[in-house]
Amino acid sequence: MADPEIKSYAPHHESQSAAVTESRPAKAVLMIVTFAFLGIFLLLPLIVVFNEAFAKGLSAYTEALTNPDTRSAIHLTLLVAAISVPLNVVFGISAAWAIAKFEFKGKAFLTTLIDLPFSVSPVISGLVYVLLFGAQGLFGAWLKAHGIVILFAVPGIVLATIFVTFPFVARELIPLMQEQGNGDEEAALSLGANGWQAFWYVTLPNVKWGLLYGVLLCNARAMGEFGAVSVVSGHIRGLTNTMPLHVEILYNEYNAAAAFAVASLLAGLALVTLVLKTLLEMRYGAELAATRGH
Amino acid sequence: MTTAPAKAGWRFRQPSVIPGFGLTLGFSLAYLTLIILIPLSGLIWRSAALGWADFWAIATDRRTVNALEISFGTAFIAASVNVVFGTIVAWVLVRYNFPGRRIVDAMVDLPFALPTAVAGIALTTLYAPNGWLGSLLAPLGIKVAYTPLGIVIALIFIGLPFVVRTVQPIMEEIDKEVEEVAATLGANRFQTIARVLLPGLAPAIVTGFALAFARGVGEYGSVIFIAGNLPYKSEIAPLLIVIRLEEYNYAAATAIAAIMLALSFVMLLVINLVQTWSRKRYG
Repeated sequence: MADPEIKSYAPHHESQSAAVTESRPAKAVLMIVTFAFLGIFLLLPLIVVFNEAFAKGLSAYTEALTNPDTRSAIHLTLLVAAISVPLNVVFGISAAWAIAKFEFKGKAFLTTLIDLPFSVSPVISGLVYVLLFGAQGLFGAWLKAHGIVILFAVPGIVLATIFVTFPFVARELIPLMQEQGNGDEEAALSLGANGWQAFWYVTLPNVKWGLLYGVLLCNARAMGEFGAVSVVSGHIRGLTNTMPLHVEILYNEYNAAAAFAVASLLAGLALVTLVLKTLLEMRYGAELAATRGH
Repeated sequence: MTTAPAKAGWRFRQPSVIPGFGLTLGFSLAYLTLIILIPLSGLIWRSAALGWADFWAIATDRRTVNALEISFGTAFIAASVNVVFGTIVAWVLVRYNFPGRRIVDAMVDLPFALPTAVAGIALTTLYAPNGWLGSLLAPLGIKVAYTPLGIVIALIFIGLPFVVRTVQPIMEEIDKEVEEVAATLGANRFQTIARVLLPGLAPAIVTGFALAFARGVGEYGSVIFIAGNLPYKSEIAPLLIVIRLEEYNYAAATAIAAIMLALSFVMLLVINLVQTWSRKRYG
């Protein structure tokens, strides 16, 4: 009954009887459907990005990337990620510590609130800050009187980015720390460590791969966010344009080659993120098991 | 770990030897309140301040209604397509071994990692009348770019990983003995899948649908390039919010946003009920 060919591909599987697997033609059809679907919807768009980026040759590509507006967009994107990701890391660790290490009333509700930004449209994530800090906004007049600029400037972009990337680190760490329990920390404390020492020398090493995983996803979204940032940025060239916004401007000016050149950098970031994420899952799959599946 | 007696009365938290509860919970709540809760309640406060008549006028404006219909309709179609193909993709990834399986598996997360604007211009180029796929479809009379069909395509791209990543772990946990039992009892493979496996996967499939749908309704970046953005025809609700904002029409932008939030909330609630029901029914 056992199919020798399938067995050679899958040495670890128990022998598969015909009754618990599909017939060969059915299998072939499912495989073809999968490859066709993923090829058309995932692979082709990715190939298009790099194909269009180099459509006008390598010199046009490097010229597009060394353009001053592009360079300031790259700087701004890096700056925004460098501010928002660490803040969300501090929040993620803090929230995970409170939620995973303690039992308290309203814990489930708090966990739900942390996930809230995922169910809000990115445009609305930007809009809420316009309603607070815009000229007609709640604090608009007060901010103007005190000469504080938030909207259409870097602080607004950072706030919107923090909003959309808010849950990433926390939602990786909470299930991981819950699964690991409190035993290690209690042992450290009973041996005379103080709270900070227990955190630095026990908890942090225990969750470092999960933390890195969360940072990776948080960073990818922070650098790539479009909708929320678009609403609060004001699209001032060379000043408040992040890389995704710059892609849009170039594309709308019918400068497709330059738009795809900048887009290729972002696609490269996405590919690096996927590779690192896969490596983490391969090497530390067991440790991350609690957080997989989303 | 905790030494709390069984009947200690109401207490906010169980005692623990671990320090730092006040600090971490306090910081987390303060940060959550400042970044998420105050801004979101600002939105609710603003739309409440509108007054019922104004709110109703905006909500029943034909352009608003059409934009909401397009957003929710295309997201529904795209999530349905993703349920079918995402479940097949997950099945192939879980059950079949083939060279490069790990790479294909990693590729599924591409829509999570690729910035939406990049996906938007890539899909538009692909499906434009002179694009690789658009030029193949044009002779058949199928126009994708700059039509609602283009919106569906973008939302299929965005939503795919939500379905695959929700269904996949549940499939991995299926006990093969169940299938063997079904086969021994005389079920053919199709019956086993349809009557034994799919009901067990139903809650995960519904969850995947809900996540893909919710994401699709709010999606902006990947859609606006391919949609054509014709008012009443291919203009999505998030874009209409942006347009109203650019007109300094804060009232309309706020009202549309509040409607979107309320509709998504109701929908997630319904899907939650369906999920509870199917979990009860199929365990």
